[in-house]
Amino acid sequence: MMKDLVSIKDITREQIDSILSTAASFKAVLRRDIKKVPALRGKTVVNLFFEPSTRTKTSFELAEKRLSTDVINFSVPTSSVVKGETLLDTVRTIESYGVDYIVIRHSSSGVPHFIANNTQASVVNAGDGTNEHPTQALLDAFSILDKKETLDGLKIAIVGDVHHSRVAKSNIYLFSNFASEIRLVGPPTLVPEFKNYKLNYFNKIEDGIEGADVVMMLRIQSERMTRGFFPSTLEYANLWGLNASRLKLADRNAIVMHPGPMNRGIEISSDVADSDQSIILEQVTNGLAVRMAIIYLLGRHYEQ
Amino acid sequence: MKKELLNKNDIDRAISRIAHEIIEKNKSLEDLCLIGIQSGGIHLARRIASKIRKVEGIDLRIGSLDISFYRDDVGIRKQQPVVKSSDITCEVSGMKIILVDDVLFTGRSIRAAMDAIMDLGRPAMIQLVVLVDRGHRELPIRADYIGKNIPTSLNEKVDVCLAEDGIQEGVFITQSEADGK
Repeated sequence: MMKDLVSIKDITREQIDSILSTAASFKAVLRRDIKKVPALRGKTVVNLFFEPSTRTKTSFELAEKRLSTDVINFSVPTSSVVKGETLLDTVRTIESYGVDYIVIRHSSSGVPHFIANNTQASVVNAGDGTNEHPTQALLDAFSILDKKETLDGLKIAIVGDVHHSRVAKSNIYLFSNFASEIRLVGPPTLVPEFKNYKLNYFNKIEDGIEGADVVMMLRIQSERMTRGFFPSTLEYANLWGLNASRLKLADRNAIVMHPGPMNRGIEISSDVADSDQSIILEQVTNGLAVRMAIIYLLGRHYEQ
Repeated sequence: MKKELLNKNDIDRAISRIAHEIIEKNKSLEDLCLIGIQSGGIHLARRIASKIRKVEGIDLRIGSLDISFYRDDVGIRKQQPVVKSSDITCEVSGMKIILVDDVLFTGRSIRAAMDAIMDLGRPAMIQLVVLVDRGHRELPIRADYIGKNIPTSLNEKVDVCLAEDGIQEGVFITQSEADGK
């Protein structure tokens, strides 16, 4: 396995398979009474979050603790970053503590890549700007695999704000390793064209989710929208929101996913979010097992 | 240089004897659980269980255990660990656990296996079956049931090949250029 996980583009199909099968073993560990293994005893992880995050940070922290690592949390409001320290100095300082893994989230795309090139520690990208969120894509793949048994031959509809979504991008790169049909569904202002990837584009949600096996809803990222991408939230909900009647167009056994946090009533209606077809909460549980697998496999095992 | 130490019949005889020893040593078979260590021990555990079924007419509980997360050489090994699944359906607490492995060498795998079992519950007792004991222990661990003691040097490699894996059955020893396992 490689030193870092910065982008899904950096990893091979074999590495994806290895992460997913190892995650299955960790999922079994998480069902036990003692949900912790001594696998990485004595190792230290720093969670470096330059952007507010509750769920991803909680998920990583719990995954790290269940691998028996020592965990340090470094968040911006309490750190020296506000005192004017450069990113590189922050990383060097943290590295001086003898840290083995750095999990980083940053609002600027490319920061994890930059840090990975400047540290001996293994770097895990926990989301960088509008670029990538590789661990989310891997947990999405794991969650689909749990329900569909294979990632090949599926029709996967990714619906909504693809433009701002690092989750969507990582998922597109990941599923391109498999023989699945990837559909991007949303208003043209929010669905960019991906060159070099075989994708199908839909402007109407009804067309996009027809016959789909997986409907992956994306969050409307109001905080990243600097100009009007659509006229109003109400119009977005009417034209692009997933509700029960639209979901009927998908395959009978289709599953509904959402990376969270959900805007209920906007991109997804409450009855769909809470339906039997929704695996949104299982995604959260699976995220723990997948992040354990990623940290466990990264770094020290590679041939030197 | 590859040399055969045990052939198919030798292995079968050893397993038969071990099955009888297990029956003799454990007065009750009701609270026994055979747990094969991934991957070599699993076929052996099944074979022992089937011998015991023939002799006593009792189906022992069987499980499999992957010890990757409990190893102490994570930072040292050069190969990517391949994590296999563990499948232990019985309640471990209060049970007599019989661990089954193919080769006993440094004892570190068994240490890891015991720690893994302890995280599943508090067994009444843990016993150990190995098909081959090749010596060179690095921990104070010994087996309760041994198929064959084979003195080896550290630059030799012992392979237990079983028909279940679709290969010619036998225990083989080879001189390796690299040291140890």
